[in-house]
Amino acid sequence: MKNQPEQCPERDLDRTHYYFHTEQLTVGYDGKPLIKEIEMHVHRGEILTLIGPNGGGKSTILKSITRQLKTICGTVYLENETLQKLSGKELSQKMAVVLTERMQSELMTCEDVVATGRYPYTGALGILTEEDRVKVHEAMALVHALDLCDRDFKAISDGQRQRIMLARAICQEPEIIILDEPTSYLDIRHKLELLSILKQLVAQNQVAVIMSLHELDLAQKVSDQEICVHGEFIDRAGTPEEVFTPEYIRGLYGITTGSYDPLFGCIELDGVKGRPEVFVIGGGGSAIPVYRRLQREGIPFATGVLHENDIDYEVAKSLASVTVTERAFEPVSEGAVQEALALLRGCRRVISCVPEFGTMNAGNEELLTEAKRLGILEEGNRQ
Amino acid sequence: MLEQTESKSDAMLRRRFRCIVSFAVLLFLTGVLFIWNVNSGSVELSVSEIIGILFRGTGDETAYNIIWQIRLPRILSVIILGGALSVSGFLLQTFFGNPIAGPFVLGISSGSKLVVALTMVYFLSVSKTMTSGMMIIAAFIGSMISMGFVLLVSHKVKRMSMLVICGVMIGYICNAITDFVVTFADDSNIVNLHNWSLGSFSGMTWSNVAVMAVVVGVTVLITFFLSKPIAAYQLGEVYAQNLGVNIRLFRVALILLSSILSACVTAFAGPISFVGIAVPHLVKSLLNTAKPILVIPACFLGGAVFCMFCDLIARTVFSPTELSISSVTAVFGAPVVIYIMVRRKSE
Repeated sequence: MKNQPEQCPERDLDRTHYYFHTEQLTVGYDGKPLIKEIEMHVHRGEILTLIGPNGGGKSTILKSITRQLKTICGTVYLENETLQKLSGKELSQKMAVVLTERMQSELMTCEDVVATGRYPYTGALGILTEEDRVKVHEAMALVHALDLCDRDFKAISDGQRQRIMLARAICQEPEIIILDEPTSYLDIRHKLELLSILKQLVAQNQVAVIMSLHELDLAQKVSDQEICVHGEFIDRAGTPEEVFTPEYIRGLYGITTGSYDPLFGCIELDGVKGRPEVFVIGGGGSAIPVYRRLQREGIPFATGVLHENDIDYEVAKSLASVTVTERAFEPVSEGAVQEALALLRGCRRVISCVPEFGTMNAGNEELLTEAKRLGILEEGNRQ
Repeated sequence: MLEQTESKSDAMLRRRFRCIVSFAVLLFLTGVLFIWNVNSGSVELSVSEIIGILFRGTGDETAYNIIWQIRLPRILSVIILGGALSVSGFLLQTFFGNPIAGPFVLGISSGSKLVVALTMVYFLSVSKTMTSGMMIIAAFIGSMISMGFVLLVSHKVKRMSMLVICGVMIGYICNAITDFVVTFADDSNIVNLHNWSLGSFSGMTWSNVAVMAVVVGVTVLITFFLSKPIAAYQLGEVYAQNLGVNIRLFRVALILLSSILSACVTAFAGPISFVGIAVPHLVKSLLNTAKPILVIPACFLGGAVFCMFCDLIARTVFSPTELSISSVTAVFGAPVVIYIMVRRKSE
């Protein structure tokens, strides 16, 4: 590092500060740059997630920082050392990978597969010591896979396989783990399980994690830092709060139908447009199932009066054709009630999801009374 | 938790037991076939006579010579070359990540054969004889040429069946040229060349045995000490690389080692089919593991057993006419290859 020209002195701080970082990294295949000027930083004990559309180059970046792909220009630093300077063995004791490539596991039990993580630590013939075996079992215990020890690695489920691959990475005792789409093909339970284990590992062992995910909701919940890979450059980087705005996610993935809800980290389909046929009296999250049902059935609806901090509000905004709202923490005003009443009278049906009314939403009770008078009230929560 | 560890060590003991039994079986078979091979041939000898000849140097002159000058060198070379062939097959299967790769199907043996035949014909025409060392070098050059073609093809096609088909085609081309050369060479020694080009263990001398023992011994030993990176490489290139294996260097080493082994076999015994595929597969099934540290020595023993068995049949079934060793190994080896392919397909 001494012989490198010191152009940017302020970067020196970063070098000692971050466990892993890249400087002006350009990656691509066969010398053709795909993504340029990548700046990634991660501390130990942190998770950095790469998000972005498929085919956007997430895997290319991961392959480049694990030395499987030649970088085109720029530098990757691990602690204070450049990646190029580390020997294969040194790197293998610092960095473990969980890749999308299937591992070839001829006649190997799960325990054998996990034990391959001990490779950088074994002697010339690769014979495991008692200590190695203990570490293998510890890693398997950490991913709750001790019962899989003697099972054939080829004959286990996708979820189990990913846990075993994670155990393998763990028993390599790395300082940084790189995972390429570790949750693909897993069902929701196994996704959660895997990410919880990863979180626990990061906290316990102070490991740095860099991974790509395509589940935005999970990425938002599990990551400390996000990087959005889009086009030729890193489009945006920062904490999930900085990155996950609905407009940004729409733009990043080129979403033209439906919307992304940053609070719940979930996506909504487009609402049904048109003159409302049904009025839904909602509040406190009670109306979300009704909104979803109406959306599925393709019936345009209006809803209100909702406070702007109501759980129903977020979904209503995406799905309802008209939403009558009130400012947060204010009682429902007469003006809002009148607006809602006007809408309600134009509807064929009214669904009330609110069992009782308090001081803040007392105005909504008027809506209920009016609906009863018109004889178009239906009880809510009818599924 | 305690129960867990106990049941675990149980499984470990079972696996260890299976290994020990497998090696014991292989050693036992080596012993039995060794004695059987010494014992069979056109001249009948009793077991006590043989033991006398082997250990006390008694017995009549003819019997003594038959044992010491014909049968023993032949059996020892069968053991050494059979072992070399199957280790070479194991290395090629690891290299290509393909269970039906082997020196014969990939055309490597045929390449060796072609270059050896060409040099032999040249030496015959200038009335010189080839030494064992020169034979091995010629065979090695031939195997590297074929290997070069196979590697070029494997760059372009990833499908294992395509690779094997290309290997078989290379083999046919080499065989055609060899036949051409042999047919138009004008020397009575060509008869020997013809026998050799079909594959045979006959006519081995002690000096042959010494040369092959050194070459094969050193190569197999180096291979054994590469068990660790081989194990990592079996997982797939990307994982091996992450575990710190220098992939480029390691691939070169694999190619060189497997080529030397198969070249040595071809130089002395001609091309021998299917041993390189069948034996590693059978050995892995026997041990129920693919760990190179166990599979490499077991492959060597297994190859020795398989080839001794086949050579015994080649020598004795239609005695005094001798079958070519390849016809016998094909009968026992080809079904194994078919089995592997069918099982692969269903997976």
